[in-house]
Amino acid sequence: MKYLCLVYLDQENWSACSDTVCAAFGQELTDSRQLLAAEPLHPAHTATTVRVRGGQVHLYDGPFAETKELLAGFYLVDAKDLNEAIRIASGIPPAKYGSIEVRPVRQLDIGHAAA
Amino acid sequence: MPRNERQAEVRFPLVAQLSDSPEIQDLFRRDGRRVFASLVRLLGSFDLAEEALQNAFVAATERWPQSGIPRNPVAWLISAGRFRTIDHLRRQRRMAPWSEVAEQVGAMADPGPAPDEREAVEDDRLRLIFTCCHPSLSEEACIALTLREVCGLTTEAIAHACLIAPTTLAQRIVRAKAKIRDAGIPFEVPEGDALPARLHHVLRVVYLVFNEGYSASQGDDLMRQDLAAEAIRLGRLLRELLPEPEVLGLLALMLLQDSRRAARATAAGDLIPLDDQDRGQWDRGAIAEGAALVREALGSQRFGTYSLQAAIAAVHAEAAGPEATDWGEIVGLYDALARIEPSPVVLLNRAVALAMRDGPEAGLALVGPLIETGGLDRYHLAHAVKADLLRRTGHNGAARASYAAALELTRQEPERRLLRRRMAELDGTEEKF
Repeated sequence: MKYLCLVYLDQENWSACSDTVCAAFGQELTDSRQLLAAEPLHPAHTATTVRVRGGQVHLYDGPFAETKELLAGFYLVDAKDLNEAIRIASGIPPAKYGSIEVRPVRQLDIGHAAA
Repeated sequence: MPRNERQAEVRFPLVAQLSDSPEIQDLFRRDGRRVFASLVRLLGSFDLAEEALQNAFVAATERWPQSGIPRNPVAWLISAGRFRTIDHLRRQRRMAPWSEVAEQVGAMADPGPAPDEREAVEDDRLRLIFTCCHPSLSEEACIALTLREVCGLTTEAIAHACLIAPTTLAQRIVRAKAKIRDAGIPFEVPEGDALPARLHHVLRVVYLVFNEGYSASQGDDLMRQDLAAEAIRLGRLLRELLPEPEVLGLLALMLLQDSRRAARATAAGDLIPLDDQDRGQWDRGAIAEGAALVREALGSQRFGTYSLQAAIAAVHAEAAGPEATDWGEIVGLYDALARIEPSPVVLLNRAVALAMRDGPEAGLALVGPLIETGGLDRYHLAHAVKADLLRRTGHNGAARASYAAALELTRQEPERRLLRRRMAELDGTEEKF
């Protein structure tokens, strides 16, 4: 069966685990052929929230804040920039009823990239 | 220090240090942000572009005394800024190969010849405005970033104008730039379907800047008062780059509101309602310009909320006095506005106009429900309007109660003074100013 494991951290603990440690764990899961997808995210303030109402796309700065709306699914997408990601998000069918938080993925910082 | 000189110092302290040459200083004042916008596109980063802008003017200060001012100084500056900065970063990269910024530069394609078509440069300024006003950034961030990067104001000047601590503002700008970088906000003008909503957001930011300045009182920092002029300058720039009807509408609205600046408050800072203002003090030049823009915008058939608000302001501005105001036309304009934006506040303003056309009872019939079920029960102006209409129908007791309700709901001193004055008038007593 597939499972989605969501990581939640408060401000104080945001950087408690180094990227090297996380990368190592990811590699273990990859080796055991159990990892389907994993990405670290930029902090919440880099998010954009998308809602589509009455055919209009409404954009809000920051993460979504409706406490009655709960996590229902996810799409991990490739887009050339935020505007394209927003276009994709606004086409997700539940965008018409709820909110889609669009958060940029970051790279793990695990030392020197090859020159 | 004369006002223009003080303004220049606040906006462009750097170039005054760099160069004695009045031509170079003029160029910086006039075209510095134009050069900056192109550098943002070419270098892919706000911070690199700032550095490149400085490098460009350093280069100009070094070379132009001998070689003379080039035929196309803007293109020369863009080119010089870009090459000097890339060169500097490449040297940095050789010394510290893993610097993040140097990585960015290494990843950039080899720069070809600098584009010097005027059109490309104009588009860059529009790209800059749309980027600084991206809806993914908070409104405060948009305002700060636009004033800093499009208008070229210093962070100190912006902080004083917006009544926040300079460190808070500096942080806000740093975080906004970081978000542009991390969230992948592209440096582009939105296309097709996306443009109207994005443009509306840009106009909203400009109007927010205008209102910060317009709400400034005589005793406030001059930079704060100047924000209204800065917003109008932005409006003119937008009109030059993207003459859409709503852009014209916003510029008209700002000009028409600003035309009343001299008449809207007493020396003590008390607000004078529109109907009581000395129209002889209104700026007729601004009114004429605003009215012409309104006609142009409405003629397009693609107008929106700003054009309609400007049209309403124009009807007031062109009336010789309150009795001469064409309230029927104003009601019609509010009808159109309410179709696009049926917000309770629009409906309230429509009720005021309707009361002027059809009498206070007609207005009360609309205002009552707006307060009871329309969401305006916590809005002090709704109660003030109701109080005024009750007074006009002779229900002084009920009017007093409504003025009291309005007073409960606002902390703004000038508003409170006006409300207390109105209450005192009901009792037949005169308040001393």
